[in-house]
Amino acid sequence: MDFLGILSSTASFILDPTTMAYALAGLGLAIHFGFAGLLNMGMAGFMALGAYGYAIGILTFGLPWYLAAFVGIGASIVFSLILGIPTLRLRGDYLAIVTIAAAEIIRLLLLTAVFTDVTGSADGLTGFNGTGGTVTNPTPGAGGFNDANPIPSGEYGFEPFLDNERTWFIRIVGMLILVGATFAVWRLVNSPWGRVIKGIREDEDAVRSLGKNVFAYKMQALVIGGVLGSLGGLLLALSTNVNSSVYVTSLTFFIWTALLLGGAATVFGPLVGSVIFWTLQAFLGLVFPALAKAGLLPFTGIQAAQIRFIIVGVILVLLVIFRPQGIFGNKKELTFVK
Amino acid sequence: MSSSSQSSTPIKSTGLHVGEIKPGVAKKDPILVADGVRRQFGGLVAVDVAHVEIPRNAITALIGPNGAGKTTFFNLLTGFDTPNEGKWSFNGKSLAGVSAFKVARMGLIRTFQLTKALALLSVMDNMKLGSTEQPGEKLGASLFPFIWKKKDEEIEAQAIEILTRFKLDTKKDDFAASLSGGQRKLLEMARALMTKPELVMLDEPMAGVNPALTESLLEHILNLKKEGMTVLFVEHDMHMVRHIADWVIVMAEGRVVAEGAPDEVMKNPAVIDAYLGSHQDTDLGTVTGRITLPTKGKDS
Amino acid sequence: MARTSEVPVIETKDLLAGYLPGVNILNGTNLYANKGELIGIIGPNGAGKSTFLKAIFGLVNVRGGTITLNGDDITGLKANKLVARGVGFVPQSNNVFPSLTIEENLQMGLYQAPKRYDERLEFVTSIFAELGKRLKQRAGSLSGGERQMVAMGRALMMEPAVLLLDEPSAGLSPVRQDEAFIRVSEINKAGVTTIMVEQNARRCLQICDRGYVLDQGKDAYTGTGRDLLNDPKVIGLYLGTLGA
Repeated sequence: MDFLGILSSTASFILDPTTMAYALAGLGLAIHFGFAGLLNMGMAGFMALGAYGYAIGILTFGLPWYLAAFVGIGASIVFSLILGIPTLRLRGDYLAIVTIAAAEIIRLLLLTAVFTDVTGSADGLTGFNGTGGTVTNPTPGAGGFNDANPIPSGEYGFEPFLDNERTWFIRIVGMLILVGATFAVWRLVNSPWGRVIKGIREDEDAVRSLGKNVFAYKMQALVIGGVLGSLGGLLLALSTNVNSSVYVTSLTFFIWTALLLGGAATVFGPLVGSVIFWTLQAFLGLVFPALAKAGLLPFTGIQAAQIRFIIVGVILVLLVIFRPQGIFGNKKELTFVK
Repeated sequence: MSSSSQSSTPIKSTGLHVGEIKPGVAKKDPILVADGVRRQFGGLVAVDVAHVEIPRNAITALIGPNGAGKTTFFNLLTGFDTPNEGKWSFNGKSLAGVSAFKVARMGLIRTFQLTKALALLSVMDNMKLGSTEQPGEKLGASLFPFIWKKKDEEIEAQAIEILTRFKLDTKKDDFAASLSGGQRKLLEMARALMTKPELVMLDEPMAGVNPALTESLLEHILNLKKEGMTVLFVEHDMHMVRHIADWVIVMAEGRVVAEGAPDEVMKNPAVIDAYLGSHQDTDLGTVTGRITLPTKGKDS
Repeated sequence: MARTSEVPVIETKDLLAGYLPGVNILNGTNLYANKGELIGIIGPNGAGKSTFLKAIFGLVNVRGGTITLNGDDITGLKANKLVARGVGFVPQSNNVFPSLTIEENLQMGLYQAPKRYDERLEFVTSIFAELGKRLKQRAGSLSGGERQMVAMGRALMMEPAVLLLDEPSAGLSPVRQDEAFIRVSEINKAGVTTIMVEQNARRCLQICDRGYVLDQGKDAYTGTGRDLLNDPKVIGLYLGTLGA
């Protein structure tokens, strides 16, 4: 069994755009649930809007990449308003139910053949990152993201982080967005606005009685968290293609796992949680098939790879029971821990 | 600031009413006026107040049996519930249809029967939340500390001054969860003061507070009046009512059934029957036959 | 304060108990109740009064010390075993089954010994005449004070060796509070050993035989009800100077 190979592949996930995308979405969920107490069970929908908004912005509207990004963000803001206006005045459980359904509606709208000209339906969309070698349906120069890459051709870095200039560009852009977002969130939650939000999380009526417009604050939190989620989707789009099969409910629960693992009401929890989550997934995804091939498990290689999802589920359950505050969280601060 | 454990006899406001005393009597200087406020839950009429006026800069007690509609009436007046009909105004401005947070910003603050000290925030954070003047509470401004830092320091100074008065200053960085029930009541009152209210409505401020702490709470309520605020509070403790209330309003089955100065109201036979009981000032030891003399004697 | 030579009905020694790990609410409570006595427990919030009752009734983890019932060690026994042994507990809230009638609530009190129902029902309705008239009424439609009567009646159905009352006057208007205290006194005079925890310290001490003042989980003062009522230290720290 090639342990070294497994470890090096696993390590490469630490700087993977997918990990960063999860961290961004996790940050958004931290705002929603960790700080504002909003039960958003449809983060996958926000991510889908960010990703598809970007791709559609380039392919259908012919926008350059930096403007197309705002299409995704704009879509997520509209989505937040549609979700929030009816449900934020009701009990939190209603938002949870509505968000699960809404995310699925988004996915199905992106999947249906009716809009295939815009969404690519089951095939999804590709070829919107500008000139590139592997896209199957390229419009040369579309979007222009790859063209905007200032890094000259070549391979950089060292094992296991050895990649070409395109991957590095995406990594750097991703890290800039992640750092910027983390800084903004850190500022927000440590400000008076953050204090009001934390108060609302615990007791809306108390905060209302002090003269704060609780509905407006909840809506702001919903929008900000949603925008962060769509930025995560944007990163996913930049690194590969977009396909509706990615934005399923399991994605939402993976983000939840990463968030709870790191600490729901912390700023760095989502990042750490995502890194641990992804490296663990990658590791198990390589270890189990290797064990199976070496005859140590009674499964085929492909079956063994699926075991990691079961493990993720079990971890989520154990987390919620035994350490709901995650790695960085403070039990004393959490409203959902008794 | 008085710190004696023996409370001085408060000076009562008199001459608050206009004309003959009866339920709904007009006041010389009302801060809050309610007309025909009615709230029904299915078949049950919880509140049916024909007319009531709350006098300015006085301490008014709202008493009555459980289920009389006192808390519901509070909720209606402050925007936490909507009546089926009725109008009411604060300083002449109508409050009908005004949402709860706007009512609070107009200077009408209420506390809750079950204390709402935010247990998961620190005492200081609770206090800072009380201020309505912090620009950093707006989303855009919150991202730039230079906009709100200075104001935060001013608010903190204001908070420390109030906390010191309530003897909670040593706890300012502790989570409110670590405070005892009585201390949380104090915190809720202190926090309400941060909003610089005109009318403070306290819903059973003494509930669950042990009697010795009650006296200091009473001092704080009297201070509110000294500083020009108006107080309306719901209570069951008649000794407390008699001690500090300038005016008493009695509610039963949703209606105002009596009004007047505390001593007068507490002699009203209907009020005694329905609410006070005839043993108000008697030692229950004599009533139950456990003691034979009023001053000494013990059983077994 | 001389003790009788009888074994106390309830006695606790150096009781330690709490809810969260590592945090003790009771820090060594010593208390006893002789047969037929009415014991009052008062004290500030967070002193552990309700925790104390719940510890006796097996609802809170006891971490040290002992509890005896008529001399037998009952420390750590669960509530259902204690009911069988004759410990009756009346909680402050959520103390009746709202969907059951008054009669059914009382029957629940005799769950472990249903044969004695008629005789015990007569006893309970002799104290609570009101209940006897409204046996078929749903408990959920009763007011707070009435529910408390039902809860007390239910605890009395099994002829408890000791009755534990958690703040019987909580949330009641003055006239109902007085009625509640008078009722407790009547129950005790009918021969039921009673321990009651109260927030209305003055009324509690007016009717009880002996009292304990609990502070920070320890019994700080004890004496007859009258002695405590007139003790200047107790007045200064707990009773306050307002009122009769």
